[in-house]
Amino acid sequence: MKRLLFLTPVALFVVLIGVFFVSLQRDPSLLPSMLIGKPVPAFNLPPVRPGDQGFANADLGGEPMLLNIYASWCAACRIEHPMLMRLRREGVTIHGLDWKDEPEAGFGVLQNQGDPYARVGNDRSGRVGIDLGVSGAPETFVIDKAGKVRYRHVGAISIEDWDQKIRPLMERLKAEL
Amino acid sequence: MKRILLITAAVTALSGTAWAVEPDEMLADPKLEARAHDLSREVRCVVCQNQSIDDSDAALARDLRIIIRERIAAGDSDDQALAFLTSRYGSFVQLNPPMRADTLALWFGPLAVLLLGAVGTFVYIRGRSPDKAAALSAVEEAELADLLKHDVVKSDGTKRNEAG
Repeated sequence: MKRLLFLTPVALFVVLIGVFFVSLQRDPSLLPSMLIGKPVPAFNLPPVRPGDQGFANADLGGEPMLLNIYASWCAACRIEHPMLMRLRREGVTIHGLDWKDEPEAGFGVLQNQGDPYARVGNDRSGRVGIDLGVSGAPETFVIDKAGKVRYRHVGAISIEDWDQKIRPLMERLKAEL
Repeated sequence: MKRILLITAAVTALSGTAWAVEPDEMLADPKLEARAHDLSREVRCVVCQNQSIDDSDAALARDLRIIIRERIAAGDSDDQALAFLTSRYGSFVQLNPPMRADTLALWFGPLAVLLLGAVGTFVYIRGRSPDKAAALSAVEEAELADLLKHDVVKSDGTKRNEAG
């Protein structure tokens, strides 16, 4: 018994090492979204493409889709862009939200790098992004058939993110009634 | 030397805390502005996570400061304005976290560790006190008496036990 008591600090130390080891690998910028399982808050945004219809929350749902937050000032969005173009070619529906940006600048991105979006709206004040709990660009929400948020991805979508997390989730959502 | 010290003291006294709040964000009513200021010191910036939005220069922090001022100017209570932000960014943004089932460890963890330490110290000190030391058994007493009987003082003054 006494020997066991002497071992307690060692045991606590081992537990602490475990906690630190897990925490080191955790990215503190990945905050849980408050919207998971909830419908996207109401919004109605002006278009990014001149003469196009805008983008409203009523456009979401019907099928599993992505809602991508981007901006012309966002460097990581440039890295992510080819991935979005690839997904569009593969038939994934992606809507865009041009966050805290001038619509002309947001449109310039689509002209120069290609346009992966079905609908895209300009959120110049950034208020719709704030309603979504966006902390930066790029961010991507997975929306289910009912128009509810099911997943939030922070940062550019990598091939691994798509293959391991987002595509399997979208396939599951497709099978949902 | 004295003069340098005086100048340093004067300069330090004059320079207030630098806040990130820009003059154009401030509310005209000093009472409301003071409330907004106090509230935004309690809200964590989600971009630079260890700063409050009051301290942060991030564009999003500025937007949130403006939102807090809008809500307060529109007649929201402090709690309502804070709820507006926590419903979007979660209670993570509260630098002063609420007491809830999932924050109990945060609130009482340090106390639990302190209690654990107190219990450990108590047990240790009690185990060390002399009255707790076990008395000699009958066999040990006999052994000791035997040893003392054979105890001799040698010519050089050192004590030692002679065998047998």
